[in-house]
Amino acid sequence: MKKKYRNPIGVKSYTGLLLILPFIAGFILFTAYPFISSFLLGLTDYNGIRSPEFIGGENYSRMLTDKGFINATAVTLKYTAILVPLKLIFSLFAAIVLNMQIKGMGVYRTIFYIPSILGSNLAVVIMWQFLFTADGLANQLLEAVGLSPIGWYGNSAAAMGIIILLRLWEFGSTMVIFLNALRDIPKEYYEAARVDGCGRIRGFFAITLPLLKNVFFLNLILQIIAAMQEFNAPYMITGGGPLKSTYTLGMLVYDEMFSYHNMGYANAISWVMFVIIALIVGIMTAVTKRGRAEI
Amino acid sequence: MKKAIIYIPLTLCGIIMLYPLLWLVGASFKSNEEIFSTIWFIPQHLDFSIYKRAWQTVTDYTMGHYFLNTFAIILPKTVFAVVSSVLTAYGFARFDFPLKRLFYALFMGTMFMPAIVTIMPMYLMWSNLGVLDTYIPLTIPALFAAEGTFVFMMIQFFKGVPKEFDEAARIDGCNSMQILVHILIPCIRPVIVSVCVFTFLWTMNDFLTPLIMISSVEKYPLSLILRLSADSTGNGYEQCKILAMSVIGLIPSIAVFGLAQKKFLSGITAGGLSG
Repeated sequence: MKKKYRNPIGVKSYTGLLLILPFIAGFILFTAYPFISSFLLGLTDYNGIRSPEFIGGENYSRMLTDKGFINATAVTLKYTAILVPLKLIFSLFAAIVLNMQIKGMGVYRTIFYIPSILGSNLAVVIMWQFLFTADGLANQLLEAVGLSPIGWYGNSAAAMGIIILLRLWEFGSTMVIFLNALRDIPKEYYEAARVDGCGRIRGFFAITLPLLKNVFFLNLILQIIAAMQEFNAPYMITGGGPLKSTYTLGMLVYDEMFSYHNMGYANAISWVMFVIIALIVGIMTAVTKRGRAEI
Repeated sequence: MKKAIIYIPLTLCGIIMLYPLLWLVGASFKSNEEIFSTIWFIPQHLDFSIYKRAWQTVTDYTMGHYFLNTFAIILPKTVFAVVSSVLTAYGFARFDFPLKRLFYALFMGTMFMPAIVTIMPMYLMWSNLGVLDTYIPLTIPALFAAEGTFVFMMIQFFKGVPKEFDEAARIDGCNSMQILVHILIPCIRPVIVSVCVFTFLWTMNDFLTPLIMISSVEKYPLSLILRLSADSTGNGYEQCKILAMSVIGLIPSIAVFGLAQKKFLSGITAGGLSG
């Protein structure tokens, strides 16, 4: 028996399929094909000129002893672990404040949102580099408040700090997602809670936070994926330095591919990055699902 | 009084958020010594000749040339993205078809796919097709609903339009395409604006893709010419020139965001990216 599809009368079952054809073709061409070919290339020795030579898992075993790879992985994980929680807390706090129904709040929302739309523009990245030079704005500010200036580019923690600050400054896009979620919470919930004698702070923990769980998770995943791939900022601002302390996996992949033409190795690394990201996301999903089951 | 307690810290934070950008505009008019001697962003002199020199860039071409290059990427990309995302979202939101659940799962999966995994095989693919150093690798993917976020936003919007609209039109003799064009697209106009604005801004911001795909200086988009200038000016050189180029490079993004701001923000809010 033929399966019935719930469509309006006169609509063929393949109409929808035809409509999503651009997506299906795009998925095959720009996701599935590169994904698989990236894996296969990772099993080869390939310099882009001679045809790829199959070497099995050699690229992967090479990573285990490659100090450059181990360092880049550590740098990327450290960067992600510092940036993502800070950014989420920051944007959630900003969203809660900007969600207050006060005159002129729209202007503030726009102001806080602007850095996130311009932030990855190369012009802004270049500006950021200027802010942290030896006698740049950051050090001038430090001196103005009586602190001693920092050699931002000579100190590995400070160099990492420059990039984290840039990305923190762009918290607007995550903030907007939180703002939408906050706006969707029905006011009646708070009113009912107030009748039951629940204060504002308790209302926040008992109503707001649980209802934001899903969107918090979405933001968390999106931010982890973005942070794990960081390339523009360290490439332009610190060049990965000092002593490779801001040299991310994204930069390593780029260099292996385009500077050293180790295309097989570069693809293997990008696959490991994919696995690391998928693992983090998978673990997070498992953990939060357990959290949900408890409630 | 109570209001002041809220407005004062908010305004202070707002100033802190925007200060780097104000500083950038001010510093573009300053000499090297002035840039590095004062926190205050307003320059002592307004000398627009620096903008004349910045417009000349460090290559044989002017900023105008690089603007045109960038727009030559943005324009087709925007049209492609809107058309392909509307069709895909319409299919997912309004129709039932074989393997729908599988395709939807794949679609959601692509939204979380790290671009770094796919970009290198794509580079090799475009290289095999002999279209590196053209705008094809930068624009054609948009023809295939490559930006899942856009489709997702549109699906949310389509869901907000009552199905009775479609049914009424169908009774009046409209086919599926006519319903889309005459009934649904006017209803989802805000999200279409958002998609256009996002495509514009993200393309202006995109750096890695053109860095990999485009190699000749005359075909560079803005992001690459800024990088080239930043690399070749170096420290000690006229720093205001690269800063002025940066300001020029930001103007289109700021203008588009400013113009579309109201509609655009309503597009993302109503689009309910809130999952």
